[in-house]
Amino acid sequence: MPPRLKLFLPVALFVLLAAFLFRGLSLDPKEMPSALIDQPLPEFTLQDLHLGTPITRSDVVGEVALFNVWATWCISCRVEHPYLQFLADQGVAIYGINYKDEDEAARRWLTDLGDPYRANIVDTTGSLGLDLGVYGAPETYFVDAAGVIRYRHVGVIDERIWRSRLEPIYQELQREVTP
Amino acid sequence: MKLFSLILVLVSSSFFAAGSVAVIETYEFSSPELQQRYRQMSAELRCPKCQNQNIADSNAPIAQDLRRILYEQLESGSSDSEILDFMVSRYGEFVRYSPSFSGATAVLWLAPVILFLLAGLIVFISLGRRRGLADQPPPELSEQEQQRLQTLLNKAERDN
Repeated sequence: MPPRLKLFLPVALFVLLAAFLFRGLSLDPKEMPSALIDQPLPEFTLQDLHLGTPITRSDVVGEVALFNVWATWCISCRVEHPYLQFLADQGVAIYGINYKDEDEAARRWLTDLGDPYRANIVDTTGSLGLDLGVYGAPETYFVDAAGVIRYRHVGVIDERIWRSRLEPIYQELQREVTP
Repeated sequence: MKLFSLILVLVSSSFFAAGSVAVIETYEFSSPELQQRYRQMSAELRCPKCQNQNIADSNAPIAQDLRRILYEQLESGSSDSEILDFMVSRYGEFVRYSPSFSGATAVLWLAPVILFLLAGLIVFISLGRRRGLADQPPPELSEQEQQRLQTLLNKAERDN
């Protein structure tokens, strides 16, 4: 290498480093891929919040559906609730997983704010949450018609995120059902 | 003196307070060996919620859950690798502070070794070059240069 070009080496290194750091600014470390992507929805036998009867995996799989982990203690869940209602009104199948919550408070929440869920699975101890790798609420799992988890969204679902990222995934899963 | 002892009490009580927050719950183990393994593994498992803490240090609900599961599985006789598999199948390699070696973690594991070797190579080459320069005899002066040197030396002597 000519000695003149060698002088530019520190600049080149700096630019490279800056590029990596700049990229790092727009990465969200909280956005981790779920370990359950392309794995079947775990087996469970829990209670249905409204009916009080047992609800199992076979009751909820068979169509493309969203499994929304929520709780009344979760403030962000209240934020996303109206949009879930909107999606449910559009015909999106949403099941609720009431995570580490009190049944009475959960039922009151759904009476007061509306109920976008096909059914609600009561997960008081967080056992289903553990099998799903849930580490907070809200989280939403996209399950295809065969009962396989295809995507996990951590955090609030709002119109912007639905339009830009989640709707294409949902449409893709729907297309697989009716080719 | 009174003030000093008051400060001492305040400072030491704040230490105790910090300690009581860190130890969140206690488990009774059937053997000291299990307790030792619990301590080891809860330090190696990473809290998925707080990201830069292990589950032993974290107060997050999910860390509490994982500690309880760790305790239950240890008491029921699971091996360390069975417990790790259980955690990894749910939370991914992310929950381990020392993830297993695989295609995705190869860079993580190999980077220090490669960087170390690279640094060694650079030091070796640059030292070698410097030694090479030192070993060379100084270049011979040409006839002209010799003459010029002589006149300069002479001039310097005269000026003195």
